[in-house]
Amino acid sequence: MKTAEEIKAAIEAAVPGAGVSIVTNPSPSAQHSLMLNPSDASAVAMFLRDDEELALDFLSNVTGVDYLDKEISEKVKVTRQVSKTVDGVEQTVEETVEETRKHVEPGYLETVYHLFSMKKKHGPVVLRMRTVNRTDQVELPSFTPIWRSAEFQEREVFDLYGIVFTGHPDLRRLLMWPEFKDHPMRKDYVEPDDFEYEPTAHDSVLARAKAQQSLTAGTESAEAVQ
Amino acid sequence: MAADQELKIELGKQGVFVTTIEELYNWGRRSSVWPMQFGLACCAIEMIATTMARYDLARFGAEVFRPSPRQADLMIISGTVTKKMAPQVVRLYNQMAEPKYVIAMGACAISGGPFKQGYNVLKGIDRYIPVDVHIPGCPPRPEALLQAFMTLQKKIDGQSLTGENRPRHLDVNAQGEFPVPAQGEHDLEPPANRLVWPLPAKQGLGARD
Amino acid sequence: MKVAETTPGFAFEKSAQGAGWNRPPIIEPDGEGELLEISMGPHHPSTHGVFRMDVALDGERVIRLKPVFGYLHRNHEQIAETASYLGMMPYTDRLDYFCSLSNNWAYALAVEKLVGQAVPERAEYIRVILAELTRVQNHASAIGFLIQEMGASGTPLMYAFREREKILDLFESLTGSRMMCNYMRFGGCRVDVSAAWLDATRKVVAGLPHFIDEYEALLTGNEILMARTQGVGILKPELAVNAGITGPMLRGSGVNYDIRKVDHYGIYDRFKFRVPLGDHGDIFDRYMVRILEMRESIGILNQALKEIPAGPVMDPKAKIRGFKPKPGEAYGRIEAPKGELGFYLISAGAPEPYRFRVRPPSLINLTVLEDMCLGHNVADVVLIFGSVDIVLGEVDR
Repeated sequence: MKTAEEIKAAIEAAVPGAGVSIVTNPSPSAQHSLMLNPSDASAVAMFLRDDEELALDFLSNVTGVDYLDKEISEKVKVTRQVSKTVDGVEQTVEETVEETRKHVEPGYLETVYHLFSMKKKHGPVVLRMRTVNRTDQVELPSFTPIWRSAEFQEREVFDLYGIVFTGHPDLRRLLMWPEFKDHPMRKDYVEPDDFEYEPTAHDSVLARAKAQQSLTAGTESAEAVQ
Repeated sequence: MAADQELKIELGKQGVFVTTIEELYNWGRRSSVWPMQFGLACCAIEMIATTMARYDLARFGAEVFRPSPRQADLMIISGTVTKKMAPQVVRLYNQMAEPKYVIAMGACAISGGPFKQGYNVLKGIDRYIPVDVHIPGCPPRPEALLQAFMTLQKKIDGQSLTGENRPRHLDVNAQGEFPVPAQGEHDLEPPANRLVWPLPAKQGLGARD
Repeated sequence: MKVAETTPGFAFEKSAQGAGWNRPPIIEPDGEGELLEISMGPHHPSTHGVFRMDVALDGERVIRLKPVFGYLHRNHEQIAETASYLGMMPYTDRLDYFCSLSNNWAYALAVEKLVGQAVPERAEYIRVILAELTRVQNHASAIGFLIQEMGASGTPLMYAFREREKILDLFESLTGSRMMCNYMRFGGCRVDVSAAWLDATRKVVAGLPHFIDEYEALLTGNEILMARTQGVGILKPELAVNAGITGPMLRGSGVNYDIRKVDHYGIYDRFKFRVPLGDHGDIFDRYMVRILEMRESIGILNQALKEIPAGPVMDPKAKIRGFKPKPGEAYGRIEAPKGELGFYLISAGAPEPYRFRVRPPSLINLTVLEDMCLGHNVADVVLIFGSVDIVLGEVDR
């Protein structure tokens, strides 16, 4: 089986201008992945499926992953011109001050594909695609026209993460009911508060149950305290 | 009543059978409780194993498992009730004819079980319909289901025909349909049926009325 | 001939039937009039659990079929993000609740790949023995349920469950629980097997060939079985490969892909066993593949029970407390009785997984349910669905 570098070279030879980069996997499993540019991902996927040597005809697994916005603060040494009085005389002196600069790295949603070959009996080849951000630009191309096994799995990623797969023949929720509005597997999803009565409540569950009690104190306490 | 019991045995030896209408009525009812074929998850496999040759639920009167709720007396909620499935469970319960009973089998049906913190898991079917017997376990052994069945039979035996504590099917005012929850945008609406699942009294958690 | 319309939102039209070689075909209704729209499930005696199919019928013929999932969606993946790696082991039992030991093995394999953990030899033998016992009882039960849906009113199921009870007794004496075994650990198994347990297993395995002979004598030559299953629910091998089908359903269509032979995981290389393949891809082929796989499993069991060496069952250097894998990811898969069960884990260095993904064979095998059922009668839908052999706990997770 080819290594990740060899596959990358093969892709770049077959689909010129394809944006492919290698994401190394630091764990001992050594399953390195190829990150694809969403705009030419479909062409790359067709090549991977139809190529004689790779023959990756079996798409095994489609996973969605969520990465939140990260606030990164770095301490930067800044030299500035400051006017100070030295010995009664005003002078402009250079001063070095340490400042904390914060910027937000936007989060993204990611889809990971695991490909195997049933003809050549090798694999896995791992592909990744990332959206631009988590809020409004969440489209990725769908692999369902190329591998039918992506049909239900991409629907599930849409349901639980909110990634919109363009080109999917039937993109609707898979696991949650159709009127449901959230994308529950995102890291910032807050569950509805329905922990009410806990006979052995402890730790965070106790706190939640107490909060629930105080919420309904106004309506129920009159009847409860008889 | 003990003297009556001895009298009964004496008369029985002479070939005279004495009983009350209540006993006869309840004996008939409890000896042929037909469950509904309603398996949700893993507990359903233990329920099926209970009906198989080794544990044999049929000898207790549960001769057939009816798929249709109209023909069943007992609903064994075996498995996790999810929020997506909860309206259908309540609808099926409404469609069953009185007298009807519910056994909540397994930790998931009692309170959500190991999946309690899930966003799609209903934390106990108690929230929408009244439950007669709860069986703890994950999954409970077939013998536990047999014991639950016997507990239900004892409960049916103890029901009186008249008076305050008569069962629901003899009390016209207590009957009616249980409201089916709607699937809202974030959760089921309402999250619980307050008549069936009242909030605990304010004096300390863990106190119930 | 105008294609009759269904109610908007029912059995979705957006599936673009026929618009590609790997899409479902378009079936034209014969007569005039409306299509009959039925929702089979979620409460249905034959749907193996809470599963729903929206079916549009022209008389008895299926024109459109759309499965609806999620009635048992129990949020395994979300619970994993707050539970530790070891804490998720009991949850894997409850995915495919017929085969809890295979699920345990798949998860343990994925974590062992993630951290590079070795497994001692005796533990590997025990894993193979338990996995093959699980395969035997799963296939027997699957066939039992399939035949029950054919109208046999539970008799084959009784036979299957009789054997299953013997195997579950073995599991219970070893792991403490009949169904939710929670037995594998990262680096081996939880407790060692005793010589008495191995003897009891040998006795059970010695009785299995007779059971399968009995089963086959009742079923394989049966006219009703053959008439109802041969030529029904045909799945072409190219579509099966493209749709990601794995397990007996794939091999029933003739594709030779068994992960035990392809990935060489565990110590399967040491055992001689064959992979049965079907010719036509219909229900009968899948039934026969399962029967033959049971026989092959008995062969593996006999070899493993003979060769099992002495030794530890847990790697002494395996870290159990404070298990925090370094950042990275791994995908581990096994040949579960239902297909390829895979676990994809992403670790961010915390005691909990950052992402815990279960690759569900049952859900992906249902991708082609529509293709296999269109054009057949409603009665065949139940059989085709039974031959896919799914468990809702795995489909919905």
